[in-house]
Amino acid sequence: MNTLVTIRDLRVAFDGVPALHGIDLDVGSGEALALVGESGCGKSVTWLAALGLLPSKAQVTGSVRLDGQEILHAPPARLDAIRGGRIAMIFQDPASSLNPVHRIGRQITEALRLHRGLTGEAAREEARRLLDRVGMPDARRRLQAYPHELSGGQNQRVMIAMALAGEPELLVADEPTTALDVTIQAQILDLLSEIRRDTGMALVLISHDLGVVAETCERVCVMYAGRIVEETAAQTLFAAPAHPYAAGLMAALPPMTGVRRRLAAIPGGVPEPWSMPRGCAFAPRCPLRGVACDAAVPPLATVAPGHRAACLRPQSQVAATGRLLVPA
Amino acid sequence: MSGVPLLQARELVRRYTMRRGLMGRPVEVRAVDGVTLALERGRTLGLVGESGCGKSTTGRLVLGLEVPDGGNVTFREGPMPPRQTAEWRRLRARMAMVYQDPLGALDRRLPIGTQIAEPLDIHGIGSRADRPERVAQLLRDVGLRPDHAQRYPHELSGGQRQRAVLARALATGPELLVCDEPISALDVSIQAQVMNLLAEVQERSGIALLFISHDLRAVRQMSHRVAVMYLGRIVEEGDPDAVLHSPAHPYSQALVSAIPQPGRGGRRIILQGDPPNPAARPSGCAFHPRCALAAALCSRAAPVLKPLPDGRLAACHVAHGTVSPRDGMPQQRAA
Amino acid sequence: MVRFLGLRLARALLTLVLVVTFAFIVLRLSGDPALLIMSADAPPEAIAAFRQAWGLDDPVWQQYLRYFTAIFRGDLGQSMRDGRPAIELVAERVPATLALTLPALAMKIGLGIPAGIYAALHRNSFADRAVMLLAVAGFTVPSFVLGLLLVLVFAVQLGWLPSGGQDSWRHAILPVLTLGIGGAAVLARFTRSAMLEVLGQPYMRTALAKGVPWHVAVRRHALPNAAIPTVTIVGFMVGSLLAGAVVVESVFSWPGVGRLLVVAVANRDLAVVQCILLLVATTMVSANLIVDLLYGALDPRLRAQAKGANG
Ligand SMILES: Nc1ncnc2c1ncn2[C@@H]1O[C@H](COP(=O)(O)OP(=O)(O)OP(=O)(O)O)[C@@H](O)[C@H]1O
Ligand SMILES: Nc1ncnc2c1ncn2[C@@H]1O[C@H](COP(=O)(O)OP(=O)(O)OP(=O)(O)O)[C@@H](O)[C@H]1O
Ligand SMILES: [Mg+2]
Ligand SMILES: [Mg+2]
Repeated sequence: MNTLVTIRDLRVAFDGVPALHGIDLDVGSGEALALVGESGCGKSVTWLAALGLLPSKAQVTGSVRLDGQEILHAPPARLDAIRGGRIAMIFQDPASSLNPVHRIGRQITEALRLHRGLTGEAAREEARRLLDRVGMPDARRRLQAYPHELSGGQNQRVMIAMALAGEPELLVADEPTTALDVTIQAQILDLLSEIRRDTGMALVLISHDLGVVAETCERVCVMYAGRIVEETAAQTLFAAPAHPYAAGLMAALPPMTGVRRRLAAIPGGVPEPWSMPRGCAFAPRCPLRGVACDAAVPPLATVAPGHRAACLRPQSQVAATGRLLVPA
Repeated sequence: MSGVPLLQARELVRRYTMRRGLMGRPVEVRAVDGVTLALERGRTLGLVGESGCGKSTTGRLVLGLEVPDGGNVTFREGPMPPRQTAEWRRLRARMAMVYQDPLGALDRRLPIGTQIAEPLDIHGIGSRADRPERVAQLLRDVGLRPDHAQRYPHELSGGQRQRAVLARALATGPELLVCDEPISALDVSIQAQVMNLLAEVQERSGIALLFISHDLRAVRQMSHRVAVMYLGRIVEEGDPDAVLHSPAHPYSQALVSAIPQPGRGGRRIILQGDPPNPAARPSGCAFHPRCALAAALCSRAAPVLKPLPDGRLAACHVAHGTVSPRDGMPQQRAA
Repeated sequence: MVRFLGLRLARALLTLVLVVTFAFIVLRLSGDPALLIMSADAPPEAIAAFRQAWGLDDPVWQQYLRYFTAIFRGDLGQSMRDGRPAIELVAERVPATLALTLPALAMKIGLGIPAGIYAALHRNSFADRAVMLLAVAGFTVPSFVLGLLLVLVFAVQLGWLPSGGQDSWRHAILPVLTLGIGGAAVLARFTRSAMLEVLGQPYMRTALAKGVPWHVAVRRHALPNAAIPTVTIVGFMVGSLLAGAVVVESVFSWPGVGRLLVVAVANRDLAVVQCILLLVATTMVSANLIVDLLYGALDPRLRAQAKGANG
């Protein structure tokens, strides 16, 4: 598997307050990678920064390479060709992510013209095919619809169709199902997996829901307070998380089987971005905290082949809560 | 458990008239369409279902915040007194509600201590002199420190805010607490804290909880019984493990199978179509256009909620064996 | 759509009726026209005759009814001062007023909207701050102060332009500037905030994420959305084409509708005042109607409502 996107030491600050503290991340072509973590840990900012979509008040440094070519701070014309053409992105709230005054057909054909040079009837036909592809009932007529005439799930399908218009090599889906109902969420996740199977497109799924991630992705990066703290195969994360935060997340998830007992909640809350601890950002909440944890930020180190964690005392296999693996 | 339930709601109906646009024709929406439920002291009833199925409306009805268009609510063995009477107000102090968005539920201009004391002032509970001590105790009860009383909502974390909201709800010592999606806006690591806290409070005070959520894991964790709602009606009700492990109603089955599970592979029922529109309720069983098992009868006759052999309640012709699955129904894909 | 239009029209008519009634009440309450027009030391018989001629002796409600039915027949009455039909008097003045307000409107739109868009696109830049500073100044300084200021500088100090009157196009420059600057400032501020709001919307991020170049995204995705609130303000400005120049016309002694209104009010010349009010109200109401229809054209969400009303 060759690497499609390489992110190195990506740092973002807003008005001097750092939001990302140096992200290193690789996305292989065709792979499904998940980015999980609490609200505000920097999942969205990572990809908005990589694609140059942050407002100008954000200071962004580091390196983002696509097929070895630097794209961070690239000239606008190059970025415009990459966005939607090679890397597409969809967002959390589908209803407000579509322009309310344009028909959805027009919003899809706009992407087709930009990236595939299709116009007129050919573009409309392709737009209809894409809507069909994402399972929109009555696609031809729906080209004429406005976003407010569609449901949330249908709007998210339009977003996906629009993202597919440029035949991207990577789709970044930023919490694509958070605003949707459980049953619709299942439809959309299914659709994303299916498209990936058919087209070989790589997928980065941003989510705070470990369960969603586990079913859709092969590899998971867990973020905490602007850093990646664990990176491993999805299976391994659920069986044997190494970072106490990841382990804590899993233990805090109510089980679907077995006796119900008090949940093992992670105490406390996330530190504020302007008063980050000097050492490990998770240390104040960590059951395994030691003196060394407060001295310096632990680097992301290999704990097993293909498994890295930013922790001085990574959890052993035994300590992990195995019960989550048992299907209901 | 004591025999007589603390709260009993029978055949509740609530209709709204909704206008589409400024001058559209009014359309009637049956938000709640015949809901019956009972809740004993010290117990939790979980209420799950898709967005718009009437969960919040049911919560408001049992609290007497809205008047039902049909059916009735009895609380502590008496009917709900008329709204805005002194008796209604006294009864209202025995019930409380916690909403989804902890920041929206708090006034951002007042310190939380003042807001926690507010219900005490309104209902004239305790003397003014005791107030600070009572507030401090409430804060300790929900796992905050007394000095948090001075803080403004934005100075607290999400979990702390929800604790403050809970402290305010508990201020009058209610016997019934309706929690409307109390954890949906919180992070996973905080959700567990709040669920633990609710369980602790219940254990300590014997409060009855109506726990509204669309998160089945959370509902299983919190509830003694679970009711699944679809389009204003309860379609299945029973012991959490019965309902969530071997759901009887096809809709519950789809809901349960939509819970993401690590390492399960494609055993998922994907419902076709969109969540239904309460303004245009399908005939017969409201679920039939999306149901893989629907038979001809399902589009004609609405099934009633009645016990299955194992004691749980379900409203489904197929589950009750009235018809066999897919009996003469063409495969339908809802548009 | 028909019902939508019908409702709008009915509302417009009701507004006109209310305006006319209000004018009648206020003017009747505030003094005796006979005394004002005839001057106080006129012989009582003359006053009585005047009263009778104009029907001022009848009960108020009769006067009101008479006046109202007359309006419906299209008869707006005669000036009590010189006996000519009020409508004629007013119509004479309209071109003069439009000669000021139309160029001023063009200036407001041509200057205010681009300045607002530019400021929003270059938020917090020097240009943005400069535009906003000017806008706040133009917005807060009352038009008579601005007018006098312009007269002081360009007429008195520099002597480039005349300070009043209506003899040539050069006389119009200062009043048009006075009107235009204030309006452009209002419009610039409004456009800027509408644009900023739209630029922060998620659909703008979507457009960029699908590879639409920035300037195209602004033109195709931001402007149509920002136009929706801006149309309201422009509509209001169009509506005040006739009435918006009262102060400025007085400052520059420009013989337009505004001046006529001031004089007529001072004289209790009922018919003329009513005629002007009716005219102004009609322009306002029609402008509003056009804005409503434009809304429908610009915003499909509202169009759906209008259609729903029909169906
Ligand atoms: N435009 C912005 N201006 C200022 N701060 C910002 C901006 N965008 C993001 N941030 C800050 O950057 C941090 C990371 O935000 P980000 O949106 O990446 O979080 P996230 O992990 O995507 O969270 P969520 O799950 O809530 O979407 C947060 O502290 C946020 O407040
Ligand atoms: N005040 C109201 N006026 C008109 N319609 C209403 C009102 N309140 C609720 N409804 C409608 O009644 C139905 C049920 O609403 P309710 O808020 O009870 O659903 P819910 O199950 O709580 O959904 P959610 O999970 O989205 O909170 C919805 O279709 C809603 O649009
Ligand atoms: Mg995000
Ligand atoms: Mg609700």
